[in-house]
Amino acid sequence: MSKLAFGDQYRTWKVDTEKVPAACGLSGVISEDGNRMSGDIIIESMRVIHDRGNGLGGGFAGYGIYPGDADKYAMHIMFEDAAGKAACEAMLEDELEVASSEEIPTAPSDAIVNPPLLWRYFVLPRGEKVKASGLADDDFMVRLVMRINTTVPGTFVFSSGKNMGVFKAVGFAEDVGEFYRLAEYDAWTWIGHGRFPTNTPGWWGGAHPFNILDWAVVHNGEISSYGINKRYLEMFGYECALLTDTEVMAYLFDLLIRKHELPLEVACKVIAAPFWKDIDVDKDAAEKELYESIRMVYSSALVNGPFAVIVGYSGGMFGLNDRIKLRPLVAATKDDRLYVSSEESAIRQICPKPEKIWAPNAGQPVIGQLKGDV
Amino acid sequence: MPGNLVTSEFLVNVDHERCRRCKRCILNCGFGVFDFQNMTTADSSKCVACHRCVVFCPEEAITITRNPLAFREHSSWDVDKRKAIWKQAQNPGMILTGMGNDLPWLNVFDHLLIDACQVTNPSIDPLREPMELRTFLGRKPDSLKVERSNGEFKLDTKVGNNIKLDIPIIFSGMSYGSVSLNTHRALAIAAEELGTVMNTGEGGLHRELYPYRDHIIVQCASGRFGVHSEYLNAGVAVEIKVGQGAKPGIGGHLPGEKIGREVSSTRMIPQGTDALSPAPHHDIYSIEDLRQLIYALKEATGYKPVSVKIATVHNVAAIASGIARAGADIIYLDGFRGGTGAAPAVIRDHVGIPLEIALAVVDQQLRSEGIRNWVSIIAAGGIRSAADVAKAIALGADAVGIGTAALIAMGCRLCQKCYTGNCSWGIATQKPELTGRLDPDWGAERLINLVNSWSLELKEVLGALGVNAVESLRGNRERLRALGLDQSTMDILDVKPAGR
Repeated sequence: MSKLAFGDQYRTWKVDTEKVPAACGLSGVISEDGNRMSGDIIIESMRVIHDRGNGLGGGFAGYGIYPGDADKYAMHIMFEDAAGKAACEAMLEDELEVASSEEIPTAPSDAIVNPPLLWRYFVLPRGEKVKASGLADDDFMVRLVMRINTTVPGTFVFSSGKNMGVFKAVGFAEDVGEFYRLAEYDAWTWIGHGRFPTNTPGWWGGAHPFNILDWAVVHNGEISSYGINKRYLEMFGYECALLTDTEVMAYLFDLLIRKHELPLEVACKVIAAPFWKDIDVDKDAAEKELYESIRMVYSSALVNGPFAVIVGYSGGMFGLNDRIKLRPLVAATKDDRLYVSSEESAIRQICPKPEKIWAPNAGQPVIGQLKGDV
Repeated sequence: MPGNLVTSEFLVNVDHERCRRCKRCILNCGFGVFDFQNMTTADSSKCVACHRCVVFCPEEAITITRNPLAFREHSSWDVDKRKAIWKQAQNPGMILTGMGNDLPWLNVFDHLLIDACQVTNPSIDPLREPMELRTFLGRKPDSLKVERSNGEFKLDTKVGNNIKLDIPIIFSGMSYGSVSLNTHRALAIAAEELGTVMNTGEGGLHRELYPYRDHIIVQCASGRFGVHSEYLNAGVAVEIKVGQGAKPGIGGHLPGEKIGREVSSTRMIPQGTDALSPAPHHDIYSIEDLRQLIYALKEATGYKPVSVKIATVHNVAAIASGIARAGADIIYLDGFRGGTGAAPAVIRDHVGIPLEIALAVVDQQLRSEGIRNWVSIIAAGGIRSAADVAKAIALGADAVGIGTAALIAMGCRLCQKCYTGNCSWGIATQKPELTGRLDPDWGAERLINLVNSWSLELKEVLGALGVNAVESLRGNRERLRALGLDQSTMDILDVKPAGR
């Protein structure tokens, strides 16, 4: 476990770190009917796959946890010190209407050391600022988050969606969950992550999930195409400040689904593109043209290399493997719930008798969709 | 006074004990080195070290050595500089040469190293798993619009005309006139077999090769040689040649001796006249003029992709951006090591910048302007191996063009005397007794073998990198490291030093 103070971790990460390979354990569960579950469930699931992490990062995201403030962006921010907090808050006041703010409740424990200051803010962009920027609210928020994360020293926005929140730290996943008192939150989707980074000290901000707006991504893998995916995203104004694969994945989904308005299944075919040998023999001419066009137009968004991801978003949760399935991913269903995890054991721990349990094929998304308005 | 102060570069020696006096060497030498007076004699002053005689001598009786004649060493006045002065003092004029820049400038490719996977991500075995090299050249939209209807997905965006390549390697433009028809035939046959394209160069396309239209890019250069509407439609794309890496800023000169009947009718100029292509296009004096020609060619071809070929000069990034905005679908970057049939040595050796650097800044410029999808980039002029192909793609090229490498595959020894028209290998010549030496099928087979070998090697590199599609290497500079480059060059290339 990292003994470095938060600020030292931050500087090490920002200054010395190149792209960080990592391996990991993932788990996620959604109630498609929108029934909320206490955070216990995801902590228990992650506890079983303790050995897939090494204590250098754990985290969770829950959806539906802030019903009282569901219309506002919930910003979770970590600060090295009061000075960074003051600088950041001045920026927030300038750009946003801050409806309320509070320290994120934690249960201090020996397992989680050197925590930064952890605060959350429920905000809306100031109308005149949005108007002047010529951006939509969401894009305005994306830009602000990027600006804070790249310009305010020792400060990191780690959650910025509505009615959802990311909770992460340096530590084993189950300890992180208890530290953040997740049992006290109820969510219809939970995703969790235990991290096994291979060449750096852990850093609080570098734990998963990675988040932008309501996208939260937990990821096991190393993106061999990282360099071009990053440069592709930069064309659209995304700054990959953290140099991690997972950040790239989060921004890609945001770009493809929110900005380019591609259906989720099509976005997955961009990221885990079908092989030409399969496209070439496709008998359906329209489908063939669709896949050929995807590969021509979005060649730089193909995510190549081993990965398994679980992505949470406001409409649901999905799991996806790389195009040749080089990392494990298992899915199961029971009643209104879909489970996705790195290991069957993590599912059986919280759902001993699933109706169906299977290993999804390479590049085939497993999608759990929230029904109607919740 | 002596007429010639320049001493021979090479010495030709015939071993008379081995020589059977078969006279093959006399027949084979395009430069008239050999003669026969009771025994085979050699005039070393004419030898260019093209090795034709050596390869065809059945007794291995011929050896060619560098003339060991000692010169007093002088680190500033190397022998080539002294020889150039003797030549010009005797015959006023520019010193002509052929092929690419031969000075020992820093070769950036040779200072770049490629990454590979270990433990944290698995490498992929290209012999067991699919490894995709398919590449499309041309403009692509920035995004697709896909509607969901009744559980099906409906594509509402039409991607325009693109050239589909099975491999990211094409044959660069070498004009009929500078090279023989048999050379063009070999390139066309190989391009078809390989699923790629050849570029006509600026001399038009012999009608016999029109059936290969799906594998040809036709060029429209400043001389407009052989350009007519049927020709423009005899390929998958049209290329406007603005400049050439070996001779940025200057035109071309094909001497009248090379303009025989077939070249004359293909180029649409009288037999025996010099074919002079002007330095600029006289209808392109600015970027908006280029736009007009691009769209005129699109109108003439039913909107096939239009490529614009430029030499890599200092301001190449801004120029490329202008070309993309002028409506081009492909930008063909020809680096300062690019080959030529004839160029003044002063230009070839001292004008322009390395392909590697130009490629990096053009790709980055187009990205920072958000217009990278508008154009494909072909990188050419100095691609010598599959390693160079991989590195060029990692720096940002969609595909590479090979010219010199293709000629070497067909026997060229890089003697750099293309401009004499005496090519003993039947490549850069129009003399019937020489052109017949290159069998197009033999040439095509060697080209196919070469490109297939490079494809295998490229797949091996991709597999080691843990990716199974060439687009995951394209522009992925994270997988390159520099060894022995200065900091500003690394910054420009956007490549980290080895160890970081």
